[in-house]
Amino acid sequence: MSKAIKHISSTVVPLQLENVDTDQIIPARFLKATNRDGFGKNLFRDWRYENDSDDQPRKDFVLNNPTYKGSILVAGRNFGCGSSREHAAWALKDAGFDVVVSSFFADIFKNNSLNNFLLPVTVSPDFLAQIFSAVEADATSVIEVDLPAQTITIKATGVTESFEINSYKKTCLLNGYDDIDYLLSMKSEIETFENSVTR
Amino acid sequence: MAQTLFEKIWNRHVVKTIDGGPSVLYIDRHFIHEVTSPQAFTGLNKRGIKVFRPAQIVATADHNVPTLNQHLPIKEELSRLQVDALIKNCAEHGVELYGLGHPYQGIVHVIGPELGVTQPGMTIVCGDSHTSTHGAFGAIAFGIGTSEVEMVMATQCLLQSKPKLMRINIEGQLKPGVVSKDIVLHIIAQISASGATGFAVEYAGSAIRALSMEARMTICNMSIEMGARCGLIAPDETTFSYLKGKEFAPAGEAWDKALTDWKTLFSDKDAAFDEEIFIKAADIEPMITYGTNPGMGISVNGAVPALNEIPVSEQKGFEKSLAYMGLEAGEHIKGKKVDYVFIGSCTNSRIEDLRQVAAIVKGKQKAADVEVWIVPGSKQVEAQARAEGLDKIFETAGFQLRQPGCSACLGMNEDKIPAGKYCISTSNRNFEGRQGQGARTFLASPLTAAAAAITGVVTDVHDWIHSNEEVNA
Repeated sequence: MSKAIKHISSTVVPLQLENVDTDQIIPARFLKATNRDGFGKNLFRDWRYENDSDDQPRKDFVLNNPTYKGSILVAGRNFGCGSSREHAAWALKDAGFDVVVSSFFADIFKNNSLNNFLLPVTVSPDFLAQIFSAVEADATSVIEVDLPAQTITIKATGVTESFEINSYKKTCLLNGYDDIDYLLSMKSEIETFENSVTR
Repeated sequence: MAQTLFEKIWNRHVVKTIDGGPSVLYIDRHFIHEVTSPQAFTGLNKRGIKVFRPAQIVATADHNVPTLNQHLPIKEELSRLQVDALIKNCAEHGVELYGLGHPYQGIVHVIGPELGVTQPGMTIVCGDSHTSTHGAFGAIAFGIGTSEVEMVMATQCLLQSKPKLMRINIEGQLKPGVVSKDIVLHIIAQISASGATGFAVEYAGSAIRALSMEARMTICNMSIEMGARCGLIAPDETTFSYLKGKEFAPAGEAWDKALTDWKTLFSDKDAAFDEEIFIKAADIEPMITYGTNPGMGISVNGAVPALNEIPVSEQKGFEKSLAYMGLEAGEHIKGKKVDYVFIGSCTNSRIEDLRQVAAIVKGKQKAADVEVWIVPGSKQVEAQARAEGLDKIFETAGFQLRQPGCSACLGMNEDKIPAGKYCISTSNRNFEGRQGQGARTFLASPLTAAAAAITGVVTDVHDWIHSNEEVNA
């Protein structure tokens, strides 16, 4: 399975809340695994379920609403703040998301997402509001993310915005490369650097 | 050209800068713990490689360890498996581990500084967002994810984009009863939980210079709660005298050499910052949070904002937050009943914190229906507290002095606050469910928490000290 991301076209799951922290995305009590798999079932655990048994989903939470589905999560500003737990990115990816759209992302979450081929797309507050309106009007509204062109489009209205991503990370995402491979290829330069400084 | 403190440290750690991309940044020290490292070790093992520079890593078990009976096997199976995996991984890769039972064990951000592993001018990372704590020594220190933990294990480097720079200046003298926790809660309340996202923040000014190392660590610790990549304070005599003689601090000739270098680590007079904030120390009150992010803070004497004081886009979150906390808009928090008091976490579990608490509660007893947990940041802090007789003061007060760990800051072990209960906590996060499912957290200073432990309600520590002085006179 290729990890690479190029074009994503999907309906969206709207989470119209600001400051969604990583403790909500994946509560600490689910961080006890020693592998990277299976975190999706506990994604937004305490907002999704009344308790730790799976039989009482909270009907008022968007992930339990069958009207909304897709591989793009759209959320309010400052998404992913708080703890550095990469498990948040693993949980979102495991639950089937490839893109998260917000007007503002917390730093560590953004890095973690990029390292897991979960694309964080930062849009203007106005564009974010337009996505929420479009989805509210019609839950089947499709959003198209074009990574090579660095654009995001609301299909129903045709409104497009471009988004930023550094060219190094873009290349990684388009080709399925990861940072570790890159850094490992630099081993001798790193050793030269170490020898050049006394510490 | 004039440089900032951050730039001086950053520039000497750049191995290479990729065109149109990040820099390859060399990392001097890497702290690891049981929760965010296992997948990184697995990654190395899958690639068939060993840790590149094991001598630059220090490991401890802190996040999910019990705080009672640490000499017994960990009861909770998954926690035990994680701690066992850490022991095995460290042994296989030759990494020094200060695990349970070791006299140096403790919260990773408490032990690094107290052992002198943390030093000025370094780049320091850990798979934990509160790594910003170490910036108090004039280091670039930041939290990373597990993939990045693996990168540092594999190559001692990370790919990082240079953040923007902010300086927060705090000038003047603090009011009595106001401590460093109040300073940082005040800053976050002013600039919001995302106010410094994308920035490295340098704290400066006479009020910062006057603080002890431990108080500075409390401020840098919560840099992440304003979204900052890291927080840092220029090293000075306070820093140097704290470090001198510490286990892993340089000694002899190496100390003199290091000191000469450390003295060059400050922001030059004309260095440029992307943003600068000025705060008068005298304007800072004892603080408390009312909501579910650390930016939702007010003076202990203040009221929860009214709905119309909140920007429209944030109102939904504000109302959700108050519903979770069981509070009303416009309500005063002072006098609110408290069920639990938690004194601990990488923010406020050091010896000075415990001394402050002891000074407030000496000879007094906790309110009858309040449960009070004091969780020291490390075995060394615990031993020091006992040596000073603080344990007796806590015992008389009816407080439980437990064993070191992250404990009820994030409730990964048994130390959870029950649903619906109010906890005044010296930790760093008041997120929904952070201290246990349904738990309601008021973040505050050790002084404010200690006063609440005695009165059983949220108390203005300034009034309280004053009235107790009269009684004692």
